[in-house]
Amino acid sequence: MTSDVAGLAPELKGAKEGQGEVPIASAGERFQSFDVDAFEIPGGREENWRFTPLRRLKGLHDGTAAFDAKPAVSVTSGGRDASGLDGVTVETVARDDARLGEGGTPADRVAAAAWSAFAEATVVTLDGTPDPVTITVEGPGVGASAAGHLQVRTTPHTQATVVVEHKGSGALADNTEIVLADGSQLTLVVTEEWADDAVHAGAEHYLIGRDATLRATAVQLGGDLVRVTSTVRYAGPGGDAELLGVAFTDAGQHLEQRLLVDHAVANCRSNVLYKNALQSDSNDAAHVVWIGDVLIRAAAENTETFEFNRNLVLTEHARADSVPNLEIETGEIAGAGHASTTGRFDDEQLFYLRSRGIPEEQARRLVVRGFFGEILNKITLPELRERLEAAVEAELAITGA
Amino acid sequence: MSTLEIKDLHASVETEDGPKEILRGVNLTVRAGETHAIMGPNGSGKSTLAYAVAGHPKYQVTSGEVLLDGENVLEMEVDERARAGLFLAMQYPVEVPGVSMANFLRSAATAVRGEAPKLRTWVKEVKDAMADLDISSEFADRSVNEGFSGGEKKRHEVLQLGLLNPKFAVLDETDSGLDVDALRVVSEGVNRYRASGETGVLLITHYTRILNHITPDRVHVFAGGRIVESGGPELADELERNGYQRFVQAEQKALA
Ligand SMILES: Nc1ncnc2c1ncn2[C@@H]1O[C@H](COP(=O)(O)OP(=O)(O)OP(=O)(O)O)[C@@H](O)[C@H]1O
Ligand SMILES: [Mg+2]
Repeated sequence: MTSDVAGLAPELKGAKEGQGEVPIASAGERFQSFDVDAFEIPGGREENWRFTPLRRLKGLHDGTAAFDAKPAVSVTSGGRDASGLDGVTVETVARDDARLGEGGTPADRVAAAAWSAFAEATVVTLDGTPDPVTITVEGPGVGASAAGHLQVRTTPHTQATVVVEHKGSGALADNTEIVLADGSQLTLVVTEEWADDAVHAGAEHYLIGRDATLRATAVQLGGDLVRVTSTVRYAGPGGDAELLGVAFTDAGQHLEQRLLVDHAVANCRSNVLYKNALQSDSNDAAHVVWIGDVLIRAAAENTETFEFNRNLVLTEHARADSVPNLEIETGEIAGAGHASTTGRFDDEQLFYLRSRGIPEEQARRLVVRGFFGEILNKITLPELRERLEAAVEAELAITGA
Repeated sequence: MSTLEIKDLHASVETEDGPKEILRGVNLTVRAGETHAIMGPNGSGKSTLAYAVAGHPKYQVTSGEVLLDGENVLEMEVDERARAGLFLAMQYPVEVPGVSMANFLRSAATAVRGEAPKLRTWVKEVKDAMADLDISSEFADRSVNEGFSGGEKKRHEVLQLGLLNPKFAVLDETDSGLDVDALRVVSEGVNRYRASGETGVLLITHYTRILNHITPDRVHVFAGGRIVESGGPELADELERNGYQRFVQAEQKALA
C-alpha cells in the first residue's frame, strides 16, 4: 500500500552537532567516540533520535541511569555450560582487554554511555567447528539499569552458530561486537524476548573479515522499548553479510532497528531484509522504526547490496516508520537496490484462502506465518525456529489477528 | 441431487460517487449434473456474479437470493460457503506469498472435508491430481500462485476444484490465457470433476473453443448485469458468428 521511501540520510546526524536538525551529508561522517561525554545529551529532535521516545529510555541517554547493576550473561551449548567445550572459549575480561573495541566504536550517546559504564565484558571465541552456542543476556531486573559488553569472535576459517538471547526485566544499554576472522562463517540469531517493562538500547558492531560470511537474523518480540543500532564494516574483500530481521510489535511497544552497512572495501556483499508486523488491541500505538543505511564508498568497487523492509499492519493504532537510504560514491558496483513497503492485511489474499473453506482466523495466521516464514524458515536450529514460530503464534492470539 | 438457485440477484460496488449497481436481477438455476455456460461482453458483470455468489466483501448484495439446496448462501461467511459446497475458480487467482501450495491445499481440504486427510493417501492424491494436470511436483513447495504464469494459475484452480470436489463450481474464464495443450488438460480436469454427475458447473467464458471440450447443457447471454437470453449449445455458435450486438442494443433500449 503506502510506501514510505524517504530521501537522503535523514537519520544520520553528528551527535556533536547537538540540537541541530540539519542532516550530515553522509553516513560516513557519523561521529564516533568511546567517551560518553563527547556526545551531547540528545533532546529528541536529532535525526538519530527523533523516532525514539526518550522519556521511556529510563535515563540511559542523559546520565540519570545509575548503571549500578550487571546483566547476567551465561554461555551454554545443548543446555550445558559451554566453557571448555571443543572450540569454545568463554572469558570474562576487564575493560582494558586489548581486543575490546576491535568490532567498532559507539556512534550514539547511549552506546558510549554503556561503554563508559560497563564493569567487565564477556568474550566468546569460536574456533574450528564447535557445536551451536547460546549466549543468554538477562536484564538487571525491574527498576534497575545496567551496562553490558559482549564480544563474539571467530578464528580464521571457523564455522559456528551462535544464538544471543535477551530476556528479563529492567533497562540495559550495551555494545555487542561480532568480529569475524578471515574465511570464517558465523550464523547468528539475536532475539529480544524481554518482559513487558524492559528497555534495551543495544549497539551491534560487526566486523567482517576477508572472505568471511555472516548470516545474522534479528528477532524482536518483547520489551517496552527496544532500539538496536547495527553497524557492519568489512576488514577485507570478499566479505558477505546477510542481515535478516523480524519483529512483532504490540500496543504501546516501540521496536527500532537502525542499520548501517558501510562498504569501504571492494568485492563485498550485503543483503538486508527486515519484516515487521504491527498490531494493537488498544488505543496505544504499536510502533516500529526501521532505518536502513547503506554506504558504498569510492574504494568499494564491485559491491553488491540489497536492503528491503516490509511492514505488515494488522490493526488500527499501528505506526511504521521506514527509511531506506543508499549512498553510492563509486560507479563501479555489481548491484544495488533498496525498497520499503508498508501495507495492511491484504483482503484479497484473505478472500482467496477463505473461498477455499479455510476459516478466517486460520487464513490470517497462514498469511502472517507466510510473511515471517521467509525469514524464520532460514533459522537452521529446529528447536529455536519452532520456539520463535510459536512466539509469533502467541502474538497473533493477542488480537486474534 | 443438489440445486443452486440464484433469484433476482442485485449487487453493487462502492465507488467514489456512491454505490454502483452492477447486477440487475440475475435469475438462474443450476442442478447437479448440469453445465451452464455464461457468455457476455466485457464489463457486463459476469465476474461480479461469480464474486457475489462466493461472498467477496467488495460486492454488496442489495436484493435477491442465492440458495444452495434451499439454504440461504448470502447469510454465510465466505469460508462457510466453500464448506457448504461452493467453489469459485477465479479469473485472476490471488498470490499469497510465504504460504506453500502444499500447505494451502491441505488446509483447504481439511476445512472442506471436515477432517484432516490421512497423510499417506493425501500425498498420493495430490501427486496424482497434479500429474493429471501436467503440473510439476515442484509447485507444491512454491508459494500459492506467486510468480505463476497465467496458465499455471488456471491449472492450479482446476487442481483445487478436483481436490475439493464442491457441489457447484463457478469457473470464471478458466480457459482464458491457456495454450491449446493446456486448454485440453484443463478441460479434462473439469470433465473429471463433472463425471460423477452429482456436481454442477457455471462456466463463464468468452470463447466457444472451450465448449468443444466441455459441452454445456445451457448457454446464457449476460449483458447489462443480467441474463438476457438463454438457449442450448447452438446459442454459443450464434454468438460466435454475430457477437453480442443484438443483445447489448436490446438491453440499452430496455434501460432507456
Ligand atoms: N470498484 C469499482 N468501481 C467502479 N466500477 C467497478 C468497480 N468494480 C467493478 N466495476 C465495474 O463493474 C462492471 C462489471 O465488472 P465485471 O468484472 O463483473 O465484468 P465482467 O463481465 O467479468 O468482464 P470481463 O469479461 O472483462 O471479465 C465493470 O464495468 C467494472 O468496471
Ligand atoms: Mg470477468
